[in-house]
Amino acid sequence: MLALQGHRAYADRTFRWAAASAAALVLLILGLIAITITQRSMPVFRQMGLGFFTGTRWSPADGLYGALPFVWGTAFTAVIALALAVPVSLGMALFMTQVAPPAIRKPMVYLMDLLAGVPSVVFGLWGVLVLSQYFNLGRSFLTAGVILAIMIIPIITSLSREVIETTPPGDKEGALALGATRWEMIGAAVFPHSAGGLVGAVMLGLGRAMGETIAAALVIGSALGQITLNAFAAGNSMPAVIANEWGEADDLHKSALIALAVTLFIITIVVNLLATGIVQRSMKRGQGS
Amino acid sequence: MIELAETVTSGAPPDLTAKRSWRSVKSATMTGLMVAAVFVVALPLVAVVWSVLGRGLAVAFRGFPDFFIQEIPSVARRAGPGMGPAILGTLLVTGAATLIAVPLGVLGAVYLHEYGVGNRFSRLVRFMATVMTGVPSIVMGLFIYVVWTLRFGYSAFGGSLALACLMLPVVIGATEQMLKLVPHHLREASYALGTSKSRTILTVVLPAALPGIVSGSLLAVARAAGETAPLLFAVGAATEYNPHLFEEANTALSIQIFGNATSSFVAAQDRAWGAALTLVLLTFLITLVARVFTARIASRR
Amino acid sequence: MHTEDRIERHGRPQRAPAGAKSIEVTAPLASGRPEGAVVFELTDLEVYYGAFRAVSRVTMKIFKNEITAFIGPSGCGKTTVLRSFNRMHDVTPGARVAGGLRYRGTELYGPNVSATEVRRRIGMVFQKPNPFPKSIYDNVAFGPRSNGVQSREDLDVIVEKSLRSAALWEEVKDRLKASALGLSGGQQQRLCIARTIAVGPEVVLMDEPCSALDPIATARIEDLMRELKSTFTIVIVTHNMQQAARVSDRTAFFTTDVDAKSERRTGTLVEYDVTTKIFSNPGDERTENYITGRFG
Repeated sequence: MLALQGHRAYADRTFRWAAASAAALVLLILGLIAITITQRSMPVFRQMGLGFFTGTRWSPADGLYGALPFVWGTAFTAVIALALAVPVSLGMALFMTQVAPPAIRKPMVYLMDLLAGVPSVVFGLWGVLVLSQYFNLGRSFLTAGVILAIMIIPIITSLSREVIETTPPGDKEGALALGATRWEMIGAAVFPHSAGGLVGAVMLGLGRAMGETIAAALVIGSALGQITLNAFAAGNSMPAVIANEWGEADDLHKSALIALAVTLFIITIVVNLLATGIVQRSMKRGQGS
Repeated sequence: MIELAETVTSGAPPDLTAKRSWRSVKSATMTGLMVAAVFVVALPLVAVVWSVLGRGLAVAFRGFPDFFIQEIPSVARRAGPGMGPAILGTLLVTGAATLIAVPLGVLGAVYLHEYGVGNRFSRLVRFMATVMTGVPSIVMGLFIYVVWTLRFGYSAFGGSLALACLMLPVVIGATEQMLKLVPHHLREASYALGTSKSRTILTVVLPAALPGIVSGSLLAVARAAGETAPLLFAVGAATEYNPHLFEEANTALSIQIFGNATSSFVAAQDRAWGAALTLVLLTFLITLVARVFTARIASRR
Repeated sequence: MHTEDRIERHGRPQRAPAGAKSIEVTAPLASGRPEGAVVFELTDLEVYYGAFRAVSRVTMKIFKNEITAFIGPSGCGKTTVLRSFNRMHDVTPGARVAGGLRYRGTELYGPNVSATEVRRRIGMVFQKPNPFPKSIYDNVAFGPRSNGVQSREDLDVIVEKSLRSAALWEEVKDRLKASALGLSGGQQQRLCIARTIAVGPEVVLMDEPCSALDPIATARIEDLMRELKSTFTIVIVTHNMQQAARVSDRTAFFTTDVDAKSERRTGTLVEYDVTTKIFSNPGDERTENYITGRFG
């Protein structure tokens, strides 16, 4: 009778178990993040209740923590950033996929990579010392929006490119065969096909813009209590507040800042989830056709 | 009856020259806008590089290698070098983070692609990894503050943990991409020789996917080296050299840049530019090496 | 009684049935020797992909030190049956093997049987050569290394022996460190054979090993098979009838049948016999039709 049992099955199983544990780390860490920072933010919620989210006054000295201006600031700067970045990113993505001859495409990709590779703190430094000081643009929602726009352009562009490239060549050829100009072809074949995915790409950019801390912290102006549509006003955003006020915060203050982080966490996760879902669905639909 | 174009019926040679019309003008304008977009993108990049080079070169290379070796002046207004401790700090923190994140990330991706393809656990992990890449780095920093710094104080290692959490999903994603590219028939050949699955992964699959894994990981490292927010809550801002990973506050280039950017002293600002140049050079170098590996994969095919 | 019914025992080409394409049968006659030890015994073997029955009820025996060929039209299940011999279906999600498959008396799909161990005794060479992106030496040494052979001297001996057995040694002995991917298609396939032999199996399964190769490389591998037969038991799937006629001792002819339940085509074994008989005087009309080229 042949002995066909394995000797090294034990090592094999251990390896599989180790690999599974490593994969499970992702879930563990995310779960831990959610639990621990929520817990640490409890003190301020006990103090302010839901007024934390609706209050407009943020005054650590008085123990008052109303986060609304910062939520507004985050949203406002993100919208400014998107307004600036999306047309540029789309234009760039369309250029790279529809207009550029293959020889130029490679350098364009490198350009994007270089832009994405500059650390955000360096952009922040440039923003503070050059953009706001030297060019005298000051610190404001607008300045922050500009810096954020520069930083999210690479991600929106590269994702848009991927989505656009799934346009079936048949659709494009069909439009061209009807005598359409290049722009008309883009409108007829590329946009309808990619619209969903592009929305997703933009939303991912939105998520990035909202979470970007350092650059915003440096140029947004750190003003309190401003809910305004005046983009030139100094303002504040959630991540900026956390970064700027942490150093000298007492315990309750710290828990308030952590509460801001929880809020930011939830918002960015929701946005990213939606965005990823939209992009994936659009890509799948694209490949199906 | 359908009217045929005049050129077909008239018998004269067809006129195929380009026509000027609002359609073609519109298309040309749009194309022009697209090209303009490229310049708009290039502009800030050029501007930043210009500033960093312009203001940083003088600071960083005056009296070389002073800037890279000397300690940070503890009084901000004092002019002069250096950023030595920050450079060491960045290397320590990023290096340790890499040692944690890359093996774990590769192992995790191995599970996702080799063992658990399609099962619910894998799909959940993959999804959550994507979610994790979107977690703002400041949230990660505060997380580490709560679980580590509060308990163990400031140290380089705390920063490494934070960066490792940021890098992990990126490494998993990149590795899984590379594993997908390893042709299945290589695995089959190995199984047919009576090799166990774990051994097949370690001796056939991973070596085949290695250049791509290295390149993807290096890109994650380059990004991590530039992170500031997570380090603010874990590492501290020392001015002296601290080669110890686990003890005592440390510092890093990104922290120094952030701190000095808002300083009103020109000397501190100068040091910030020098540090920025150093950081950009470092990330550029790492990215370059990553590209070399990518090229190596391309040449092999 | 027709002269065709009497089987010549001296290797002379047989006269094919009238009107048939003539096929030279030059393999040594196996019927002259008694049936050797049974290596594989299949009893109503079936293979399912999900709910689809790909192969239905195969019963046959494979004998030691013979070359057995599986022939038949595409989709008839010959590769599916082959891959069940070394438990390769374990790697395919949704694949299931039912029925009996005994290797030297042990049920291959029984409990406590490790697929890894099975594959150390039953090796496989694939249709498209698939050397690892490593050196020639490391390709051949891979199997022994996995099995624990560490010493350089031992490995050198095994590598040389395997490469010689695969008729590749002379061509590569001076460049063992070179990448295996630099070899020609025929050389790569011989390397894969050497790699398989190096593990020291008893059986070598070959899944259309020559279909990606040119005629000269094919001829070399067929010669190789004849040499290897004395050491190993070989089962080869081939879509090339002439090849089966040239090299094999026994031949099994498979075809597709419409499955009553699912109305999809299932593979079945039609006829299995000594090669000379299959090609000169097949018992089943379907076999005869396939061999004479009337279909498939």
